[in-house]
Parts: sequence; structure tokens; C-alpha cells
Amino acid sequence: MERIILHSDLNCFYAAVEMLYNPEYRTVPIAVCGDIEERHGIILTKNALAKECNIKTGEAIWQAKQKCPNLICVKANFSLYLRYAMKVKKIYLDYTDYVESFGIDESWLDISDCHHLYPSAIELANTIKNRIKFELGLTVSIGISYNKVYSKLASDAAEVDSIYTIYKEEREQKVFPLSIRDLLFIGHSNAKKLKMYGIYTIGDLAMTSVSTLEHIFGKVGLTLHAFANGYETSLVAHHTTSGSLKSIGNSTTCPKDLTTLEEVKIIFTILSESVCARAREQGFYGKTVTISIRDHQLVTVTRQMQCEIPTDCTDIVVKHALCLFEKHYSFSNPIRSLGVRLSNFTKTAPTKQISFFDKKKDLTVKQLELAFDEIRNRFGHFKIQRGCVLQDADLNRLDPKSDHVIFPESYFK
Amino acid sequence: MNRCYVEVLCRHTLQGEIRPVSIIWNNGVEYKIDRILQCCPAASLKSGGAGMRYTCLFNQECRYLFHDHDKWFIEKR
Repeated sequence: MERIILHSDLNCFYAAVEMLYNPEYRTVPIAVCGDIEERHGIILTKNALAKECNIKTGEAIWQAKQKCPNLICVKANFSLYLRYAMKVKKIYLDYTDYVESFGIDESWLDISDCHHLYPSAIELANTIKNRIKFELGLTVSIGISYNKVYSKLASDAAEVDSIYTIYKEEREQKVFPLSIRDLLFIGHSNAKKLKMYGIYTIGDLAMTSVSTLEHIFGKVGLTLHAFANGYETSLVAHHTTSGSLKSIGNSTTCPKDLTTLEEVKIIFTILSESVCARAREQGFYGKTVTISIRDHQLVTVTRQMQCEIPTDCTDIVVKHALCLFEKHYSFSNPIRSLGVRLSNFTKTAPTKQISFFDKKKDLTVKQLELAFDEIRNRFGHFKIQRGCVLQDADLNRLDPKSDHVIFPESYFK
Repeated sequence: MNRCYVEVLCRHTLQGEIRPVSIIWNNGVEYKIDRILQCCPAASLKSGGAGMRYTCLFNQECRYLFHDHDKWFIEKR
């Protein structure tokens, strides 16, 4: 039996929630932005009127204001958006248990087993769309197709507050003429590569032989070929399953540019504390430490190294991060943002030949970190801090673990 | 803003339902809810916000009372 997959995309989600609570925003161009004082001053989402002024997601607030001087910039209220995302998900779950979130505002729903309760899949999609509009005051675009990739294409093609279908027999006329950039997983660099081979549309990609694509992209070529042809068969995950984690990372744009190793150490310590606390929550020990450094010219450097044994210990991660930093960065430019990531996980506690002289040290450090976690969980993040981060009041205000709850998701989990 | 946040006196039933009994308007006057005609999740497009919407009868007059997360508001005329 052919599957029926919906892809539901909340239209300009953050801006829509702001407009819901402030009806006066409905008639003016608004954009939801990051915090300027924390130097996160970029456009996160904009409403339709701002879109008409050519405001782009990701551009700096000052650039947007140049294009549209009467643009109203609203500071993001992530806890409110998360609450609404949960409410939307609750509505989806009234229809199917197979709901897979893709970021905060998009979800796939497998309705293969329940669409027969309605006259058609379109009727069911309409019911969901209308309920979200009536109960939450938000609009959605829903794409209907027989696999996840095409249903996403369909929802992208759908107008605001409407439904678009791509059935198997329609793929030549509806999918193949689209640009390859519309296809999931094809970003700027992949598109550039494909264009060099004369592949401009999804149709071109679908007609290209598997061996050619494999030659260009390796294994990824096979995936792209399947995506373009609609052969993609991955299941919509059950709503209770969370994808297996491959890495845990945190990054931050610092409140000021960093120019000394001490400042870098403070940020690495704060980020590593968060990364390791999250790893401990999952019971993971990571072997690879990766750092990313972005300077004030927005040039990014990413480097990684292996630890001797898998770890979830903050001090060890900081040590490796600093070692990588000193090896690969010479402060040629002040640093704007830093990131730390732990990957290559094992679930079992690492075994190590203990030293004759400091045999108790590892255990004590672990107990110390667990006590740290417990104090923070019970009384709040800032109730206990490491001495080294107290050296700079501008930098130690960060709490990456609870601040960054919305992560962009990867399709491949 | 067309949203007027109000204090609400409620009855929490054994089934876990919340039934508003009366509201206290911002001038301190308490208004008894004579009847709840309908209760459903809904958005308030007029005043902004969304939540559980109670269609309440106050002294022959019908008004929407919303329970949004941890606050109550009533649509202003």
C-alpha cells in the first residue's frame, strides 16, 4: 500500500505567535530578532509584510532596517514559541502517533493508517489546518505526498494557509521542473557542484545515472538520486522516539570579541560544562572533541582531536579544546564566536589503567561534576560556578544548556 | 490592547476540570458567571492570545473568557 505522508510547516512561526499576542503587528512589517545586546542581532523570522520589503532571515538587523526603516523588531520569546510548538504537536497526535518533528515549526505525519476515516487525505489535512487556525490562531502549509522528501517539497510549494499535493503520477510535472536548491539536503555547495555537471533541476538530477552521482558525491550521490526520484523510503518516526545522538555541542556568539587566551578559556569552560552535563544526562562518553572558531570577519575554522579515553569530564574537554585552539589559532583576528562539540560516543564507562599515585582522582572529579549538576538542577545554573569563569563578568552570564533549547535538526539522525 | 487580564475564582472538579465561577474586574467588582455555555480551545483573533475559551453568561450578557497558560483574560468590547 502506498504511504500517505503529510509535511506541515507553520507559516513564519515566531512572527505569527507575536502577531497573535499583539494584533497591532498584523498590519505592519515585523521581524523577530535575537538579542542585540548579546550580539545575536539577526533576523530570525519575519511576517509577510516584511517579506515584501525583501527582508531575509539571517541578515543583520541594521541591514534589514536599511531596506525597511519602519520595520518593527521584536525580541524573540523562545519559551512562548516552544509552548505553541507543543500545542501544535498535541493536535497532530490526535490523528496519528507517527509525528516526527523537523525543527520547531515543521513536522512529518504518517497518516497511512487513519486517512480512511476521512473522505480523503486532503480532507484530513484540511481538518488539521483548520483546527490549528481556530484553536491557536496560527496558519500552516501542508504538503501531501507518498514520501517524506516529496511532502516537504509540496509544503514548500504550498501557499500560506493551504494544501498542496504531489502524487506519484504528478512527479514529472510538479517535481522535476523545480530547481535542485529546492530539494532537501542540497545546499549552496552541492548545487554549485551539480551545476558544473549541467544539473539544474530536480528532473535533471533524477535522470542522471546513479554511477555518475556516486562518482561526484560518493555515497551521498545514491541518496540524492533516491531523493530526486521519490524512491526515499525512510519511515516517519514514532513521536516517542528521539533520534540517536551522534554528537552533543554548544556554541555561542560572545557578548564581546575575544582577544586573549584567558577569555577563550572562560568561554570554552562554560560551553564544555554544558556539553558534558548534557552527555552525562544521556550517559554518554565522547572520544572526539571538536572546536569551531569564528572570527569577527565571520571566517570559521573547525578542528578536532581524539581524547585518550572517552570522557564526560569538563576539565578534560576544556583541556583538549584549548590544546586545539593554541595549535590552530594565533589571534590574527578577534574572535566573535566559539563552539565545542563532543562526539564518537560510547555508552560504557571507560576503563583505564589507574595510576599508582592518583588512583582516587578520577572518581573524585566525577563525583564533583555530578554534585555540580545536582546543585544546578535544583537551585539554578548560576548558583555554582567555576572560579575561572568569574574573572570576566561580561562573559560569565551565559547558560548555554538552558538558553539554547531550539536546535536546527539534521535529516540524517 | 483589547485583552483585559482578570482575577478569576474557579472550582476544580474531581475530574480535574476547571470551572470559572466569577471574575474580579480591574475596578475590584466581582461578577458572577451565571452559566458557561461552551468550553473549547480557541484563539482570540480580536484581542490576541489563545487558550481554553469559556463562553460565559454574565447577567444575560455573553462574553468570552480565556484561560491562557497561567493567566485569564477577557476580550474587551
